Amino acid sequence: MREDGKTNFWLTAALLAPTSMWFLFMLILPLIVILVFSFGERAAVGGYAAGFTLEQYANLPSRLKAFQNTMVIAPVGTLLSLLVAYPLAYYLALRVNRRYKLILLVLVIVPFWTSLLVRTYAWIFILGGRGIPTLLEFIGIEGVRLINTPGAVLVGIVYGYLPLMVFPIFVSLEKLDKTLLEASSDLGGSPLKTFMQITLPLSTPGIATGCMLVFILLMGEFLIPAFLGGGKVFFIGNALVDLFLQSRNWPFGAAVSVTLVVIMLITVTLYMRLIMRGKTGRDESLM
Amino acid sequence: MSKGNDDNNKPITAKKFMKELHRYQKGSVTRRHFLGVTGLGAAMAIMGTAVPSLWSGRANAFGDLGDRLVFSTWPNYHNQTNLDEFTEMTGVNIQVNAFGSNEEMLAKLQAGGTGWDVFVPTNYTISNYVELDLIQELDLSRLPNYDAAANNPKFAGPATVNGKVYCVPKNWGTTGFVVNTKKIKSGPRSWKDFFDVTMGKGSGHTIVHDYQLTTIGGALCALGYSFNSVDAKELAEAEALLIKSKPHLFAITSDYQPGMRSGDAWMSICWNGDGTQLNNDLPEMAYVIATDGGEIWTDFYAIPKDAPHLDAAYAFINFMQDPYVQAREAAVHGYAPADSRAIALQPDSLGNDPILHPAANLMNGLEFGAAVTLTDPIRAEVMARFKSA
Repeated sequence: MREDGKTNFWLTAALLAPTSMWFLFMLILPLIVILVFSFGERAAVGGYAAGFTLEQYANLPSRLKAFQNTMVIAPVGTLLSLLVAYPLAYYLALRVNRRYKLILLVLVIVPFWTSLLVRTYAWIFILGGRGIPTLLEFIGIEGVRLINTPGAVLVGIVYGYLPLMVFPIFVSLEKLDKTLLEASSDLGGSPLKTFMQITLPLSTPGIATGCMLVFILLMGEFLIPAFLGGGKVFFIGNALVDLFLQSRNWPFGAAVSVTLVVIMLITVTLYMRLIMRGKTGRDESLM
Repeated sequence: MSKGNDDNNKPITAKKFMKELHRYQKGSVTRRHFLGVTGLGAAMAIMGTAVPSLWSGRANAFGDLGDRLVFSTWPNYHNQTNLDEFTEMTGVNIQVNAFGSNEEMLAKLQAGGTGWDVFVPTNYTISNYVELDLIQELDLSRLPNYDAAANNPKFAGPATVNGKVYCVPKNWGTTGFVVNTKKIKSGPRSWKDFFDVTMGKGSGHTIVHDYQLTTIGGALCALGYSFNSVDAKELAEAEALLIKSKPHLFAITSDYQPGMRSGDAWMSICWNGDGTQLNNDLPEMAYVIATDGGEIWTDFYAIPKDAPHLDAAYAFINFMQDPYVQAREAAVHGYAPADSRAIALQPDSLGNDPILHPAANLMNGLEFGAAVTLTDPIRAEVMARFKSA
């Protein structure tokens, strides 16, 4: 028995080693570097110069607008993605003929075969003056501007992140025990009541996962606002790209990154608490 | 250099060259005839050391250059035919990265490990790159197509730092703005007009570059200051002007052609070659050299210090220095070569083009970008604050 225990220990350690190394070198160490940099100074020609100052953190209010934009558009974008994705996931999981299910699922994934960059660039032309606004002019609606507005950024977000939202919800709806739905209707529940009391609560794990995936990625998004916001709808991700790739102010960029990580940790922790609290109650009653 | 036709040693005229080029493009003559009659076969032979390599697909004459070249340049700045031909002749595939600002290039090079073999820096950055030890001194013996004497020293000058040559000229041009005259009829002539129209009748339809030099420079000129100012007070005024105009902007981007073409944007800060490209397709696009200042610049081919494919890099720069290749580049991107041999090959319509070769008096007020603007922390932060405002 003791022999076995030892072997198991070494086996476990060996199997975990690659992952641990990955986390150490790709996550922990870089985070430490960023933290150290955030207390440094911008070198004369740009980059990082060693030092210890809180100057970078004191300068954070100059990027307030970027933080605000992100903190508003990321949740709104997540919510919109959810509203668009849920009916689609519902249809795919519960309504569609089994024969077409696989094809339709593949169709949801197909856009991933092309880079998001290329697909977002295409939206510049769809939303630009010779795209939808020209079509609108045909039916008499003139002077519509879509591109380089928060609305355009939201369209891009919903388009780009839809699959990430669809799949978790689809999985949770797919697992749903159909007899529960029959029971509900046998007992006189209206379709709406059945949906609100059975389907929706049972799909919350999928909704929670989808929202989390989309929200976390959106907080760091920079490509969609850069392309469809024309540099005017500025996310914190854009501020970071700017600080590292244009003004080469690494310490300030590091301070902004640290702040973003802290905001994310707080938001996600609160979110998890909320979800867990709601979930445990139901899990007990259902399982 | 002897011409392909033994019975005619005179260099071909520009007009005849274009005629032959058209014949070749239409398929009326063979490639062999075209290269022969224009003397390009000989020109290429020097570069490639053996003419047959041009027809044999993959050339042995170039030696083993590897199969890859990483090339960092600007948008809308090359003739794809040239790039394809280089690949065809040498077997070297070119991976092109397009950038929006010199600062972005500098940031990547400073961070290290770019893997770039050739890049296209602008005049004011060269001395910085040398100081930061980021670019190589060029071995001109490996660039037989480069003819220092043919290059206008006004434009080629910044390539030499402390007596050493670090790069060779690509093109030169001016930075002004382009106006859609169908939409804006008031005829703005200056940077002051530019910002007035932006905040007035043209509100919502102006693009400024995502590039500190030109965007801050334009605002500075509008206020009557130098394009290159690094004075804190003047920059604060420029920042105030930019932030005030921001709600009236269509976009902040260096990729401004799509916006101008779609009709969403009516006015944009513009490099003259892009002005030509827009004007060629849409005659209502007018390029303006502002009366209150602006930029004159030269772009160069340079090799980063740690270029992984050095041989391919030299072969590529040499290829791009060929006068015919330069002329073919300019025919597409609309920027003037600094090389008189290439200008001689251009059709008269391009050689006398007022956008490519503006009259000297128009350029009096223009300034070459100053080296200090590249690394100045205030300019960098002004731009970053303007964007996140």
